[in-house]
Amino acid sequence: MTVQQPKPSRIDWITLLLYYILVIVGLMCIYASVYKETNPNIWDGTQNYGKQLVWIGISSFLGLMILLIDEKFFYAFAYPIFGITIVLLVLVLVAGTTVKGSSSWIEIGNFRIQPAEFAKFGTALALAKFLSGYNVNFEKDRKIQVISAGIIILPMIIILFQNETGSTLVFTSFILVLFREGLPGWILFSGFMLVILAILALLIPPLYIMIGLVVLAIVFLLVVRRTSLLIGLTVGVLLLSCVMVSSINYVFENVMQAHQRTRINVLLGKQVDIKGAGYNVQQSKIAIGSGSFWGKGFLQGTQNKFRFVPEQSTDFIFCTIGEEYGFLGSFIFVFLYVFLLYRLLMMAERQRQKFNRVYGYSVVCILFFHFVINVGMTLGLMPVIGIPLPFISYGGSALLSFTILLFIFIRLDANRVNELRGAFD
Amino acid sequence: MDNFAKQRTLLIIFISVALIYIARLFYIQVIDDSYVFYAQNNVLQEQTIYPARGLIYDRDGELLVYNDAIYDLSVTPDQVKNLDTLSFCKVLNISKEEFLATFARLKRQKGYSPWKPIVFQRQITIPTYAAFQEKLFDFQGFFVEVRTDRKYKHSNAAHVMGYIGEVTDRDIEKSDGYYRMGDFIGISGVEKVYEKELGGIKGTRYVLVDSKNRTQGRYKNGEFDTAATAGKNIHLSINQKLQALGEDLLIGKIGSVVAIEPKTGEVLALVSSPTYDPNLLVGRERGNKYMELLKDPTKPLFNRPISAPYPPGSIFKIIMSLMGQQEKVLNPSTTYGCHHGYLFVGCHPHGSPLQLRGAIAISCNAYFCQVYRSVINNPKYKHVEDAYNEFYKHAYSFGMGHALGIDLYGEGQGILKKTSYFDKLYGRYRWQALTTISMGIGQGELGITPLQMANATAAVANRGYYITPHIVKKINNHANPNAEYNTKHWTTIDTAYFPIVIEGMQDVVEHGTAYVARIPGIVVCGKTGTAQNPHGKDHSIFFAFAPKDNPKIAIAVVVENAGFGATWAAPIASLMMEQYLTGKHDTRKALLERMLKDNRKPLNDSTTAKTK
Repeated sequence: MTVQQPKPSRIDWITLLLYYILVIVGLMCIYASVYKETNPNIWDGTQNYGKQLVWIGISSFLGLMILLIDEKFFYAFAYPIFGITIVLLVLVLVAGTTVKGSSSWIEIGNFRIQPAEFAKFGTALALAKFLSGYNVNFEKDRKIQVISAGIIILPMIIILFQNETGSTLVFTSFILVLFREGLPGWILFSGFMLVILAILALLIPPLYIMIGLVVLAIVFLLVVRRTSLLIGLTVGVLLLSCVMVSSINYVFENVMQAHQRTRINVLLGKQVDIKGAGYNVQQSKIAIGSGSFWGKGFLQGTQNKFRFVPEQSTDFIFCTIGEEYGFLGSFIFVFLYVFLLYRLLMMAERQRQKFNRVYGYSVVCILFFHFVINVGMTLGLMPVIGIPLPFISYGGSALLSFTILLFIFIRLDANRVNELRGAFD
Repeated sequence: MDNFAKQRTLLIIFISVALIYIARLFYIQVIDDSYVFYAQNNVLQEQTIYPARGLIYDRDGELLVYNDAIYDLSVTPDQVKNLDTLSFCKVLNISKEEFLATFARLKRQKGYSPWKPIVFQRQITIPTYAAFQEKLFDFQGFFVEVRTDRKYKHSNAAHVMGYIGEVTDRDIEKSDGYYRMGDFIGISGVEKVYEKELGGIKGTRYVLVDSKNRTQGRYKNGEFDTAATAGKNIHLSINQKLQALGEDLLIGKIGSVVAIEPKTGEVLALVSSPTYDPNLLVGRERGNKYMELLKDPTKPLFNRPISAPYPPGSIFKIIMSLMGQQEKVLNPSTTYGCHHGYLFVGCHPHGSPLQLRGAIAISCNAYFCQVYRSVINNPKYKHVEDAYNEFYKHAYSFGMGHALGIDLYGEGQGILKKTSYFDKLYGRYRWQALTTISMGIGQGELGITPLQMANATAAVANRGYYITPHIVKKINNHANPNAEYNTKHWTTIDTAYFPIVIEGMQDVVEHGTAYVARIPGIVVCGKTGTAQNPHGKDHSIFFAFAPKDNPKIAIAVVVENAGFGATWAAPIASLMMEQYLTGKHDTRKALLERMLKDNRKPLNDSTTAKTK
């Protein structure tokens, strides 16, 4: 059988359009946030927006390349790509450059790249390839589950060593992918409950929580029909929860670094430190809040322009949207973003190849995680974790890696029709 | 759960998050209008509230160090707009080049950020401040910060109090960001040791500033502000009058005085001569003055009483007397003859033979060489090394050969050699008492700092123990919390052996070598020392305590290259003890005159040569 080149019509134009809308919005925000009356030239390559423009060009070119590559390439080279990203991650530990406390950069001439960004699609490819292998049954086979977890945890550990807590946490979004591939829902649910319990543990003295849990368990057992299995299960869960509640406090006090503790305390409202972590969030909230309903207009945002918002072109880029385009703009932006996620979710589900589907879900979940944390952080709803807002934030590595991440999926999806006849052969 | 439901679950999660965020956006952007207000007032500015640094008093509550306002001109570079550089430079009286150079320098500084305030010029004069304040609105981005610097009421005790200066990059790093560029920190003396107590805790105030840099009000009614905690006041154990007298008496001489209250270990006076006026190291000229002092060949910055080791000379005979008794090779009636010395150690003419008390009174060299020989060549021990170890142990227990732990930096250890030193020098089992005989009279391989001398005197005065000498008596009116400063360190000598030695020390003053040190109506016990040194004339040394019963003061005086202990050190100690015990020092006019009149500049400076 001859290899059919995908016809242009099969590329998902809506996704591509959304991508470019977001990238352009991002560029405008970066321009607004570093704008100075004295230097309004958008082509200025020394400024962040000038550089971002170059990166958009590079990304588009790379995206086009990806769309022209045979889709089998990604399937065939999934492991080598994963391997390369892992090697790069390790290389960073040895020969990395430290920027703002995280030693996660490799410097090549004037450009710095952050391998942690590329590890995301590397891992997504590897996981997709692994789960789509013959006789692989994620739901039933314990060994498969362990290896899958290993593929995800390996890069996490290395990135954690680079002091990049944010990027490490991004990998937890793969849980949602595994959920789609058969991870029981109760695990997701207990994970959710664990998070709630952890937050409670930090807010309330552990003893009170334990008493509360015991009361809850007793009430539960009084209400339901008691079988020995149910009693055992309840007691087990109760004990586990108690252990967790006390260990959370231990980890919080002894393992976490002081600035991380402060950030969490500030978020939980236990500590009002508006100097460090709290200061950023306060300024960010002022910037967004002052946008009101209509916003102040392009380049009119005083909060961003006067640089009261920290990291405004990278992590706090959403402030510019909030301030200059107001509630209306923010609403449209959130809508667009979630629409992109929805679109990708639909695309992922319609894949006939397991490889494509797992990869698609990975893309959706990674983007979703970034969106939740980044926007939530500027709104004071999430802890300040320095991860970029995909397609919007300034940063070459980030834009490039998100572009690759997304375009590989667009490429895989474009071949969907061809696969009707029997996949990769 | 089927696949469709799973997809639906994810979708529900996405949409719920979006709805929560939109609700939140709606709340802070549309419903809550306080943020608009904050944004209109434009800038949330973080202002540091500097706490008043703790004051320093002497032991009787006399104020020694206080604070004085100074004005720093600061700038937030990003807020500088439409600056009329010419008029700005005129007000500050600087040239345009200087202006540009300063800005360039600030930009290179570590942690520079255009939207963080940074000090543009330190400690502008009050006229400049006034002129600047008038035109402040023309100079957007600039503002004046008021801070305090130290002022000293008296020109005494510079070495004790130390001085403050601006933090270094290392201080900033070590403090984990607490200190910021331009903050003051204690650099020496009590200011450094008690930086935590004196420094207080900085506070922060968040104010809203409009685009013209005018304060519009507090942010959220000061909800986030933290008050500054003032530094704690400190009472030194120093007696200002005694300290001042000591410094006057040592003018023109190189030397040290250390006076200690034996019962408490509190240092009553710590004189280092030559000294300097602490008011020199204050204000804009601090750096220049410091360099001048540093280059001064008489080393006024060198804290002699706690760092410079001297051969103790004859005062060491007191320790030898106690040691001999403890080792049971000496008792009060032990008699040795003296024929103008012992071997190559000479002695002055005096009656012979003598018992212990008499030997102390007239400071017989031969007698104590014999004592040293019997201690070191003690047949009780198999080897000389074992006997010497005992000698070392006893001397160590009086505070010799190690830093005592006074609350000042730069304390010296003195010199007290271990057996291994002599083993290396002469070979194992190849030395004995005669090899090191000069140590018996406090020469040779011995060196003790004036602080250690005073401490040893205090131990004798206390009949067997000392408390680690310290400078700070009270912090915020509570006793110094350091447990060391409240612990008795017992010497290895039994209390029973002290009385006879103390009798001898009384004889020294009443009819012995230090007759000149008598104070009418007070029983003084002391011992002179005349320490030979290879750098010039002998050092004049005296240590004493008074009164004999229930001693109130123990003192050690060293005057470099001044001759006999009785000539200079003993009178100085006597005058100071009188001052402390009676509040007067002018009852013996002739003696006081003689001490004060001698303002000769010493020819050479042996201490500096030695301590290089």
